[in-house]
Amino acid sequence: MTRVVVTVMPRDGVLDPQGQAVQGALGRLGFAGIHDVRLGRRIELELDGPDPLAQAREMCERLLANPLIEDFTVAIED
Amino acid sequence: MSVALHRQLGLTDDEFAQIPILIGRAPTDPELVMFSLMWSEHCSYKHSRRMLRRFPTDGPHVLQGPGENAGAVDVGDGWAIALKVESHNHPSAVEPFEGAATGVGGIVRDILALGARPIALLDSLRFGTLESARSRHLFTRAVAGIGHYGNCIGVPTVGGEVVFDDRYEDSCLVNAMCIGLVRADGMLRAAAFGTGNLLVLIGNRTGRDGIGGASVLASAELSADDEDKRPSVQVSDPFTERKLMDCCLELAADDLLLALQDLGAAGLTSAASEMAAKGGVGLDIDLDRVHLREEGMAPAEILVSESQERMLGLVSPDKLEDVLESCARWELDANVIGTVTGTGNFTARHGGEVVVDIPASALTDDAPWYEVPRTPGPSATPLALDTVPVPADLGAAWLDLLGRPNIASKRWIYQQYDHLVGANTIRRPGGDAAVIRIPGMRRALAITTDCAERHCELDPRGGGRASVFEAARNIACTGAVPYAASDCLNFANPEKASTGWRLAEAIEGMSEALEAISVPVVSGNVSLYNESPARAIYPTPVVGMIGLLEDAGASVGHAFAQPRDAIVLLGGGAARLDASEWLGAALGAPALPDLAGEAALIAVMVVAAGAGLLRSAHDVSGGGVAVTLVESALAGGIGCSVALPLGRRADETLFGESGERIVVTCRPDALPGLRAIAGDVPLAVIGSVGGGTVDVQLGDATVSLDLEAARIAYEATLTEALA
Amino acid sequence: MIAVVRFPGSLDHDSAVRAVEAAGGTATYAWHADRALPAGTRAVVLPGGFSYGDHLRPGAIASRSPIMDAVRQHADAGGLVLGICNGFQVLCEAGLLPGVLRTNATTSFVCRQVELEVLDHDTPFTRDLGAALSIPIKNHDGAWYGDPADARIVLSYGMENPLGSIGSAAGVANAQGNVLGLMPHPEEAVDRLLGSTDGLGLFTALVRA
Repeated sequence: MTRVVVTVMPRDGVLDPQGQAVQGALGRLGFAGIHDVRLGRRIELELDGPDPLAQAREMCERLLANPLIEDFTVAIED
Repeated sequence: MSVALHRQLGLTDDEFAQIPILIGRAPTDPELVMFSLMWSEHCSYKHSRRMLRRFPTDGPHVLQGPGENAGAVDVGDGWAIALKVESHNHPSAVEPFEGAATGVGGIVRDILALGARPIALLDSLRFGTLESARSRHLFTRAVAGIGHYGNCIGVPTVGGEVVFDDRYEDSCLVNAMCIGLVRADGMLRAAAFGTGNLLVLIGNRTGRDGIGGASVLASAELSADDEDKRPSVQVSDPFTERKLMDCCLELAADDLLLALQDLGAAGLTSAASEMAAKGGVGLDIDLDRVHLREEGMAPAEILVSESQERMLGLVSPDKLEDVLESCARWELDANVIGTVTGTGNFTARHGGEVVVDIPASALTDDAPWYEVPRTPGPSATPLALDTVPVPADLGAAWLDLLGRPNIASKRWIYQQYDHLVGANTIRRPGGDAAVIRIPGMRRALAITTDCAERHCELDPRGGGRASVFEAARNIACTGAVPYAASDCLNFANPEKASTGWRLAEAIEGMSEALEAISVPVVSGNVSLYNESPARAIYPTPVVGMIGLLEDAGASVGHAFAQPRDAIVLLGGGAARLDASEWLGAALGAPALPDLAGEAALIAVMVVAAGAGLLRSAHDVSGGGVAVTLVESALAGGIGCSVALPLGRRADETLFGESGERIVVTCRPDALPGLRAIAGDVPLAVIGSVGGGTVDVQLGDATVSLDLEAARIAYEATLTEALA
Repeated sequence: MIAVVRFPGSLDHDSAVRAVEAAGGTATYAWHADRALPAGTRAVVLPGGFSYGDHLRPGAIASRSPIMDAVRQHADAGGLVLGICNGFQVLCEAGLLPGVLRTNATTSFVCRQVELEVLDHDTPFTRDLGAALSIPIKNHDGAWYGDPADARIVLSYGMENPLGSIGSAAGVANAQGNVLGLMPHPEEAVDRLLGSTDGLGLFTALVRA
């Protein structure tokens, strides 16, 4: 069994209102020097099968990410 | 070992000594944990139970009074309305989003347990002032949590109230009210019966949520080290709740359930022991059959877990397959976890061993109860009005009052709530009471939650009366007849000082008022220990009330309608600054509400509305008649011009509060009819609708407020404070 | 017969049925797990709600339901499909409409009345509508994001744009005009008792199909 970690992030150039809201909140808490905050999603998959990375990629294409506004990366985690 | 354990669990030595007497031996550890929760304040109401008997609970239309998961009243045509208010105060102080959200989930399941379809929610909130960053945080997160849950389960949040006062800085109050609809002959109860019938657990997997929550959180005052209580707070899953609602209502409609119970405080222990004790039967439960989220859970943990979104159904063996099939279609886990026996005992097995075997009644009916000390509090000191200067600029004072958080528009809150889902909302938030159509009927319901907490602080009996009449007046202003009530009594530590006296007095005052208007209490909740070392809350007996409107199309709103409509002040209440929003504190000695006068005003209001005479109605409450007029003007987009007797002082006349006053408008030719209906109830024509300003003539002087300036002051407050 | 699709978590399906009836039609539910629409289906409604709790992305999981193949076939054959709020989200996720619905610019749920402009009267849905509609919105993720050049923006919030939609889009149709998605809830505006009846026209269009 392999653990694959999928990270789904807003595409570059797409407005991220949640990221902006978090950036504002951090600023109000007194944190300085924050240039950018982006919020995404981390999905952990425990998979059987011969090619878990390919399987995870297909899962992203078919459900886990919306290509209009999201990019994804997949990686095997030890 | 056990001696220390029982104290850790919150049982007194005396309580611990009772247990072997009841069960004939020393308790096992799981049994001891169960006793500690079932005998906690939150589950047993041990300090308040006896006092609650004072409430009037009977009426020709009462189908279910206190004692079940919710109360219910007959509303005609074979339909019944279920209602209940409940608190989730301490969890909300620790984690406001999830605390408030799970509070909504819990009250919805109480209604669902009657087989009723939840059709409306209201929330009654109290926090510290908006100057406090902590209170702003708690408030905004609680509102978000209520919205998150209510919106996702598709029950409209149609009303409620919010009060900001320093007395709630350390102990916020989050009370939720739910209303449900059910066929009167289809109502389910919790009592188990019939040896061999099956207990089916439906819904979310059981985890370690809220282990010990009931005794840890609800019975202890909050202090600075509350961070480490965080793991006890349950996390909400409204999507599963929605499926649970759809599935259980389907099961009920198909007659597949013999009884239904929700799992709330003290989880399976409370749910099952109540089912057994109410039915006078025993339950034999196999804890290995409970679907779990965590591995290696101990029997005691499974028994007291407060994992959310779970219901317990009683099913006849020949219907089991249909029940499981329905649960599967709704993608809900369901397992047979036990059977009804004739022993009267709550028996639980784990790994093949019996770990619990005690009479169910030992946990419920035999729970201890206490008389609280009833040391009277201080008498209210009359206001020394000569020490309070009359504002030089009444117009500026008026604008300032409109912008205060306890008066200003609450649009910032209710726009975050889906108050429309179901397409039955006739009157949206912003008025005196919400009005929703009863699906399938010509009738409608008016619903409100109210409390006169400052009045209660100064005179708890008078405040109890005032809270009931405030709710009833708000109901009556829509044209509905006050019909049934549910109470949520939020008080401080009953073992200290005058809290016990305040609780008894408030209950007495509420009961007197309820009897005067023939409104029964059909359900309720008590939340005690709402205090910190630094401050205690005001006595806050929240009244949730429903009213019945014969014709859904005939509800009355609070907006001025047409230029030249007559403005009429009804009722004998006297404007007083005691406990007023204008003074901004619990000062003075408010007048004791007059039972006959308040009841007569409400009756007149209902008859006048029913006769179609009224264009608008709005009761005089926070901020006095000056605020009442502006709110009606803003809602209608038209100003008005009135004259009032100057009285002792202008600010008292404009901003003074008291009950027993309603401002109505009507066509001038409706005045004779209105006078005839009013009878002995004082009636004064004070002016007429029209123009772009709100003008009040007091003696020789006139104060005038521009409507647009008023709108800006009224609408800006919450948005700006929370930006 | 109008088919109103029901997913786990759908909330406004019953009011959609009542709106169809108010427009003089009959409606029945279509279950998400079924592979075919009910016999006699002339038009389809995907109602509002929180299907699958909005988990992953609003409408994402529902859009991959078995029933959606039948809905797609119905649309490809020119049948009318009306997606309301969550239904709009499902249609975008299913690729039956362009774009995607994102979190409101306010990052909060918004429930209030809005005044819509009808920009395009050349669809079966909008042919007989007036120039303006007063209808409530109630959603958390209603900001339409897409390429306005690539979409028929049929309904607009006008200057106000309370949710931050690209092109102030409130309702978007496919190129053929037989599939319409809108964030506002027309089924909440068919009964004088509740306020505006400006939503009735959309249901009349479905019933007439």
